[in-house]
Amino acid sequence: MAEWVDVCALDELDPEDVMRFDHGGRVYAVYRSENGTPYATDGLCTHEHVCLADGLVLGEEIECPKHNGRFNIRTGAALRAPVSVPLATYPARISAGRIEILI
Amino acid sequence: MVAIPDPQLRDYSLTGRDTIRAKETGLANAEWYHTEVPRKVMKELMKRRDGPAIRDTLIWFALLGGSAWGGIAFWGTWWAVPFWFVYGVMYGSVCDSRWHECGHGTAFRTQWMNDVIYHIASFMVVRNPVSWRWSHARHHTDTIIVGRDPEIACMRPPRLFRLLMSYAGVLDMIDSIRTLLRNAAGRLSAGEKDYIPESEWGKAILAARVHVAIYAMTAAAAAGMFAGGMGWASTIPLLLIGGPRIYGCWHMLMTGLIQHCGLAENVIDHRLNSRTVYMNPISRWIYWNMNYHVEHHMFPMVPYHALPKLHEVVKHDMPPANPSIWDAYREAIPAVLRQARDPGYSFRKPLPPTAQPYKEVPTRG
Repeated sequence: MAEWVDVCALDELDPEDVMRFDHGGRVYAVYRSENGTPYATDGLCTHEHVCLADGLVLGEEIECPKHNGRFNIRTGAALRAPVSVPLATYPARISAGRIEILI
Repeated sequence: MVAIPDPQLRDYSLTGRDTIRAKETGLANAEWYHTEVPRKVMKELMKRRDGPAIRDTLIWFALLGGSAWGGIAFWGTWWAVPFWFVYGVMYGSVCDSRWHECGHGTAFRTQWMNDVIYHIASFMVVRNPVSWRWSHARHHTDTIIVGRDPEIACMRPPRLFRLLMSYAGVLDMIDSIRTLLRNAAGRLSAGEKDYIPESEWGKAILAARVHVAIYAMTAAAAAGMFAGGMGWASTIPLLLIGGPRIYGCWHMLMTGLIQHCGLAENVIDHRLNSRTVYMNPISRWIYWNMNYHVEHHMFPMVPYHALPKLHEVVKHDMPPANPSIWDAYREAIPAVLRQARDPGYSFRKPLPPTAQPYKEVPTRG
């Protein structure tokens, strides 16, 4: 059953940035959009298993650092070749000054 | 009797013996070495801007338009020659770097601008805009991995005559047109099918048909002008469209061939298989700073206008850059000539004491 898992303090992740979060043997990417809203997705690109946390957040999009493919961080939709398979997304929230994700 | 393949011979196809070997040894889709750069610095370097690429594109279009005007206005006099020279380079060489950067999606911040210039430049460089997007992604995943990288320019043993002739642009143009016609006829090679997802095959065929239609119209215009008694002036449509990919590609080849030639194959450290070369400002503008080629391969999300800054940040961990194009050729030509006798040879640059050692063995996850 999914549960809210603590990721980090809010000020550890800047707006329009991403960080890697490892939990239960899986890699996640946790984001804050330009307006500070937190989001979470699988941490590896669906194209070739590259860590998305090394990529660039542009508004509500994450760009893979290897081939510049892009996903929407809110919906996980694949937006730009060479990615074509969407990312899994997870609910994220701010609670008592900390970012949590539901996984 | 079973024939044992010569280990010196390589199979550069994407579905052959070396493909299997690359997968078995972990060279395919491996984890590559990269220099540690603090996240804040990297974020700043990755930042996208429209300004530099808009400026450069306006200059490019102005030079294209101005030189085409001069070539036509002074037709029949020697004054036309320098105009066609400039037009040829603006078309046949600049197109390559614009194709490349806009294909990465890093030249402009605004994506539709990247896409528009990517399609224009793909047409000019005679590359299928769909298939080459995927081929270049593979080139970045498996840079100079034999059997995996579809963009290896200097195969071993080198075909020296072909390398020399590539400067004239004819052989490359013949290959490109042949591929375009094959794609337009609805056929993709085994290699293309390997790196292009099936969902994109139809798009690749459509793009080829559009390109072929434009070339057919250009040839028809030239034929019509010739039939109308315009003599040598009937070549103008061909000098404007398609032709510059032959007579103006020399700069693209001059800068492109030193990216990897003479360096290592089958390694997982871009410092071993790519070359950073200092160049004059005009060549850097034409080439959009791809002379910082190790840096580009290590961090492909850094836009061309930030590569000089990235170079300063990581150069403590890099082999020394070649100080000039001439110096890069002085390094590459002997290495390629030696590869004609010994295909296993590659030139290996020493690292400075401040650098991490080369990463040469694939680590499997």
